[in-house]
Amino acid sequence: MAPKSICLYFQVHQPTRLRLYRFFDIGKDSHYYDDFANRTILRRVAQKCYLPMNALMLELIRSTKGKFKIAYSISGSALDQFQRFAPEVIDSFRALAATGCVEFLSETYYHSLASLASESEFLHQVVKHQRKIEELFGVKTTAFRNTELIYSNAIGEQVYKLGFKTMLTEGARHIMGWKSPNFIYTGATQPRLKLLLRNYGLSDDIAFRFSNRSWEMWPLTAEKYVAWMKSSAQNDDIINLFMDYETFGEHQSASSGIFDFMKALPGAVLADGTFSFVTPSEAVKKHKAVAPLDVEDAISWADEERDLTAWLGNELQQEAYQKVYAMTEKLSIVGDPELWEDFGHLQESDHFYYMCTKFFSDGEVHKYFNPYDTPYEAFINYMNVISDFQIRLDEKRAALDVKEAAVEDRRKSVKKK
Amino acid sequence: MFGWEFPPHIAGGLGTACEGIVKGLAANGVETLFVMPSASGDEDQSATTIINASDVAVDTVSESVEEYLEKVKFIHIGTNMVPYADPEEFSRLVEEDRRRQVKDFSISYGQKYKFSGKYGANLMEEVARYAMVGGTIALQRKDEFDVIHAHDWLTYYAGIAAKELTGKPLVIHVHATSFDRGSVDHIDTRVFEIEKRGMLMADRVITVSDLTRGIVINKYGIDPQKVVTVHNAVDFSGRENLQVERGVKEKVVTFLGRITYQKGPEYFIEAAAKVLKRTKDVRFVMAGSGDMMNRCIRHAARLGISDRFHFTGFLRGAAVQEMFALSDVYIMPSISEPFGISPLEAMRTGVPSIISKQSGAAEVLRYAFKVDFWDVDAMADDIYALLKYPALAAFSARQGYDEVNALKWNGATAKMKKIYESVVK
Repeated sequence: MAPKSICLYFQVHQPTRLRLYRFFDIGKDSHYYDDFANRTILRRVAQKCYLPMNALMLELIRSTKGKFKIAYSISGSALDQFQRFAPEVIDSFRALAATGCVEFLSETYYHSLASLASESEFLHQVVKHQRKIEELFGVKTTAFRNTELIYSNAIGEQVYKLGFKTMLTEGARHIMGWKSPNFIYTGATQPRLKLLLRNYGLSDDIAFRFSNRSWEMWPLTAEKYVAWMKSSAQNDDIINLFMDYETFGEHQSASSGIFDFMKALPGAVLADGTFSFVTPSEAVKKHKAVAPLDVEDAISWADEERDLTAWLGNELQQEAYQKVYAMTEKLSIVGDPELWEDFGHLQESDHFYYMCTKFFSDGEVHKYFNPYDTPYEAFINYMNVISDFQIRLDEKRAALDVKEAAVEDRRKSVKKK
Repeated sequence: MFGWEFPPHIAGGLGTACEGIVKGLAANGVETLFVMPSASGDEDQSATTIINASDVAVDTVSESVEEYLEKVKFIHIGTNMVPYADPEEFSRLVEEDRRRQVKDFSISYGQKYKFSGKYGANLMEEVARYAMVGGTIALQRKDEFDVIHAHDWLTYYAGIAAKELTGKPLVIHVHATSFDRGSVDHIDTRVFEIEKRGMLMADRVITVSDLTRGIVINKYGIDPQKVVTVHNAVDFSGRENLQVERGVKEKVVTFLGRITYQKGPEYFIEAAAKVLKRTKDVRFVMAGSGDMMNRCIRHAARLGISDRFHFTGFLRGAAVQEMFALSDVYIMPSISEPFGISPLEAMRTGVPSIISKQSGAAEVLRYAFKVDFWDVDAMADDIYALLKYPALAAFSARQGYDEVNALKWNGATAKMKKIYESVVK
């Protein structure tokens, strides 16, 4: 085995997009989702990305005799949609799981911001997701990646408490300073939690710049890329390449040559001999941690700022976030499975992302992912849905009170007798 | 009569008012010719004869182009500005300008101009061309009318041209002024100039409220003697109240209109936040769109009331009636409102209304609640009272319904007839 490592992890997620939900629908219609858009988009991405890319990954694992290794984190929201609209995608992931060369990571079931809002909700979603992965792929997860790689010391402690010893996050420049992301670090307040940091330069070369013809490095070839990785990791241990799976065939179209690039990459890496492929859990066994990493304020992999402003940067987002999480306690009293499920989908971080008003540095990226014309429309729609949800919750809560009162009455009358 | 729009294709309340006026005048025995820039042909002509200015070519002018321009020389197609010039230079510029106008006019001479009749980017050009066509129409039909009546600034030039060319008296009708459109510091000076010229040239100025009359006298410097208020009315004939299914069980307080500075939307948001501190049993709706909408959405979010304060966006047709039917309280907190027909619509639907004292409607509605637009405490008080004291709500709904049904265009147009008689020699 080569002394240095490459750790490839792909994020698979599809939001549960909301339908146009007007004020006039509140209290009348509690179906919140745009099933047509969700099905259409999912089927399109499955054809363009998930199915061809999974087939390619399987082929590469077989042709390298298991030397090529990768990791996936698949959100529960995406898994639910695969099961409903494209079950063949689940089968292709099963085939990958069966090779033993693929690690599945844990995350929050609904790709949510629960780690910031509520410890109990976070726990609930992580456990729910872990069960789902085990049920579908027969593997138990051991490494954790939070929504959008959000991480802070406090979140790290929560994650460790849930039994994970490895976590993935961003090698954010303002946290790293002079330090290199190409090593294993540990949590500052929880030193037994190992951290893998995304090498954003090399990751974004593939994820964002690959098909950009005005990029001076275009076109990117596997050989060129291996040379870059070698120079980046001259004195370092590991290159962490973390990116959205939809990069392949969706964000970067097949005609850009992205599949050919991926097809050539493992061979080029293995022929060079400097690196071997590892999964996150293998990486922390192979390499020693070099230092603690202190992250007081949460970081993420999003936008130029690498912080939470893509989801919680303006007053609209703050308001929506507070209103949705304010219902957590009442929900746990009511404990209604249907409400739990809607509550989960309403927590998907994408809803908050659509309300983002940063148009300057990363406006293009935001526009690409946004089904709404303006953040204001996204907000209004979301709040209308939340209003209907509140009504349902309050009704269930009131019904529960009536039931409890009746039980109490009966108990009293029995006592009297 | 010069208008800009007429139902069924309307962008604002002006067309609806014009329809009420011609019908009311017909009932009072006054015949009207209604000129508009772009008629569609499906207008109701039972009470008036519609003349489509887009169908009229500027070719039957009996006088020469020079003469015509002499009379309507104030009309500029396009805009021109002279920053600074010495007297010699100035006279040269004026001469050049006049020659250009002759050229422009020659081009349009003998041609029809297809008006959009909308409020688009070339509005100023349309306004000027409308005046030229208007003058032609007035000359062609010189023997068919006694008085020229022009509605709002878009038609004032046409009214002036008609007056200049025929010598007939001009009545201009002020439905709104520049001061109701922008804030005091940001009025459109080009529009102000046209308005002022129209008012000065008019034999009589009709204003839709005393509030507007005050603006015409004080801000435009018009002789109070010739400014007369005739309050708007509303035509509810053929209107049946909708029955709609309610989704929310809380009471609903509604604002409906353009979300712009002069409609006072932010005072409504502040009042809503105050009411929500006392009772959760209410929802607020801001229906409509406008340049302040996004700011209002942020404002409500900042106050943390977005789950009780809803935005519907622009409502069309039946959705407007539906919104009224869903409402328990209607509010119009306008900072400046020449009249404001929406509370009348609300009261006709049986919805008690709160309106600002800075609206023309406040002068005629006795059973609406009236507050200063800035007095959010009073606004919150009234909202709360109407929500919590059913007797009060029922009383004002009943009285308001009767009151607005009594506001008829027949009465308003009888006053207009008197005004016409006073200017016809």
